[in-house]
Amino acid sequence: MTILAERPEVFDESFEHEPAPSGLLKWLTSTDHKVIGKNYTVTAVIFFLLAGAMAMLIRAQLASPDSTFLSQHTYNEMFTMHGSLMIYLFVGPVAFGGLANYIVPLQIGAPDMAFPRLNALSYWLYLGGGLLMMTGFVTTGSAADFGWVAYAPLSNSINTPGAGPDLWIVALILTGFSAIFTGVNLVSTIYYLRAPGMTMFRMPIFTWNMLVTGILILIAFPVFTSALVLLWCDRHLGAHIFEVQGGGVPVLWQDLFWFFGHPEVYILALPFFGIVTDVIAVFSRKPIFGYRGMVFATISIAALSTSVWAHHMFTTGVVLLPFFSLMSYLIAVPTGIKFFNWIGTMWRGSVKFDTPMLFCIGFLATFLIGGVTGILLASPPIDFATHDTYFVVAHFHSVVMALVMGAFAGFFYWYPKMTGRMLREGLGKATFWLMFIGTNVTFDPQYLLGLKGMPRRIAEYAASDGFTTLNRISSVGAAILFVSVALFVVNVVVSWLNPIPAGDNPWDAATLEWATTSPPPHHNFLKIPPIRSRRPVWDQNHPEDRIIEHHPPRLGGLMASTGGSAVLLDEVGFDGGDSPGTRERDQ
Amino acid sequence: MKVEAYVLLFVGVFFGLVGLVYWLWSHEDAGGIMLLGSFLLGCVPGLYYLWWSRRMPRRAEDDPDASLEDGAGAVGAFPGSSIWPFVLGLGATFVAAALVFGAWTLGVGLFLAVSALVGVIHESRRGGLV
Repeated sequence: MTILAERPEVFDESFEHEPAPSGLLKWLTSTDHKVIGKNYTVTAVIFFLLAGAMAMLIRAQLASPDSTFLSQHTYNEMFTMHGSLMIYLFVGPVAFGGLANYIVPLQIGAPDMAFPRLNALSYWLYLGGGLLMMTGFVTTGSAADFGWVAYAPLSNSINTPGAGPDLWIVALILTGFSAIFTGVNLVSTIYYLRAPGMTMFRMPIFTWNMLVTGILILIAFPVFTSALVLLWCDRHLGAHIFEVQGGGVPVLWQDLFWFFGHPEVYILALPFFGIVTDVIAVFSRKPIFGYRGMVFATISIAALSTSVWAHHMFTTGVVLLPFFSLMSYLIAVPTGIKFFNWIGTMWRGSVKFDTPMLFCIGFLATFLIGGVTGILLASPPIDFATHDTYFVVAHFHSVVMALVMGAFAGFFYWYPKMTGRMLREGLGKATFWLMFIGTNVTFDPQYLLGLKGMPRRIAEYAASDGFTTLNRISSVGAAILFVSVALFVVNVVVSWLNPIPAGDNPWDAATLEWATTSPPPHHNFLKIPPIRSRRPVWDQNHPEDRIIEHHPPRLGGLMASTGGSAVLLDEVGFDGGDSPGTRERDQ
Repeated sequence: MKVEAYVLLFVGVFFGLVGLVYWLWSHEDAGGIMLLGSFLLGCVPGLYYLWWSRRMPRRAEDDPDASLEDGAGAVGAFPGSSIWPFVLGLGATFVAAALVFGAWTLGVGLFLAVSALVGVIHESRRGGLV
């Protein structure tokens, strides 16, 4: 059945020609972006839990010197699959497949994603790929064990034979296509299905970030997916593309992988930057400070992220150190703008420390640690000293745990919209504090371990190495993280068994997804409010603030307070957005 | 549509400049070609959008003063429930598994994939506008 969706206010409810299936059939057949978004989210969270369990095994192994808890081979499988599940099957898919799939059409007033069946196919390819990757554990040769980066020549058929590594490769080919299709869908939806009046510079920052993420996916994923095909050809057809024996170049794999891999970090990060931006504005009771600056910073970060790939390859000795170092440093500038604007949004706001806001503040602190240590690693002399040590592991996990906190901010913020139920605040705050403390207890000691010279990816260390105490502290932190995630699961179960109705807009939020019911109906809106600013729902719910007023650019970066709210004045292209008591006419 | 075009053109111009500097500085083939591809990925659709944006009337979503009535009417055709994406995904998974376990899953995968393609085409033809 194909139906012709029309704008709300024009159609009546008879547009649903046939009753939608329910239960298992709904799960298998739905092309509704909300169902697919939920499918993605639940599946990704399951992979997250599995990857977390592997992390617990890794930390149990490293909690004491000369440990025999895991064999070396099993340890290699664990860190490979932990990284693979987290990066390829959780952090990315939960953002662009789960939350974005669900939220972006709502934020722009669209009835669905532009290509609903392609959207459904994306999910099934993702699930199929994920299951194939996990199938490696039940094959005779075990799962992939060459690290989540699969460097050549370690990943060739001699060094890592068997079905597990092959399953890893074909699984990521499937998830690669899945991501590319989702990227196409996101860009097309945002370009073509916005509601009247929803100009590009009225879109919520989350939607802007998903647009940029979609473009970044289209740049990065085809390279990786192609490289995986080449790797498979090397393993099975003797192509010798990455093997010296046949005239190939092993370091070419690193070139191709990191041309995907570094943008991938930002494919993971930008969605959560968007979530944090929107959530901070809502819980500060203020518009976003420097809206256009945020947009340009996002685009700049994305562009720069695709021209720094070889900073992961400094120690190979075959890359242009000054170019990649300089470009890596430059990323700090737009990222700094974002931090400035996040603080500016909170500045003189009426900040409410509900759970989503707490996770955002945790994100800021944790990402700052990860970002600053990233700047250190962009310096070749420091990178040469710390490469392949736990310093890099700690840096990377500070970044990723910040993103996980961003994801939890999104879960807590949009869970009421997606389910019509509230999560419990007490459990939520306990989850946050345990996660924040656990993150720092786990990964801060790893910086010191790295500086003391502990190599990454080793299953054992000797007591005489002096790594024991810091590793024990790190393992205690991992246990705290485990408890925090368990509390989140408990929270979801409690909300399911004993629901507290959420209402349509429990946070008094400003963007369009809060104009519809919780959960939204099929094709999303029965009625869309007029879109005359970046905050159409705020305009509707707070008509006293609907004063049309334009703030001309002024120099100085001053902050003036009007009507109890800060209006941050324009400077070099930064505008203060439409503050309470003001509304600018963009374009 | 202009802003949409400019976003893509920014991608193209950025990678054009960076790619040029990188190539002149390093003479490294792999990176140079990837940056060239990124340049084209931004420029080709960006120029197409820019070309169209100058020839099409202003869309309601690009007009800050547009009312919902300005966008009244069909937004597009959206399929209802469909089993075929699942069948195609399952088929693709079996085909991928054939690359590991041998040809025995290839037949199943291809059968499912072709069935899904036929099913989607049939479904599209009999149901409304697409």
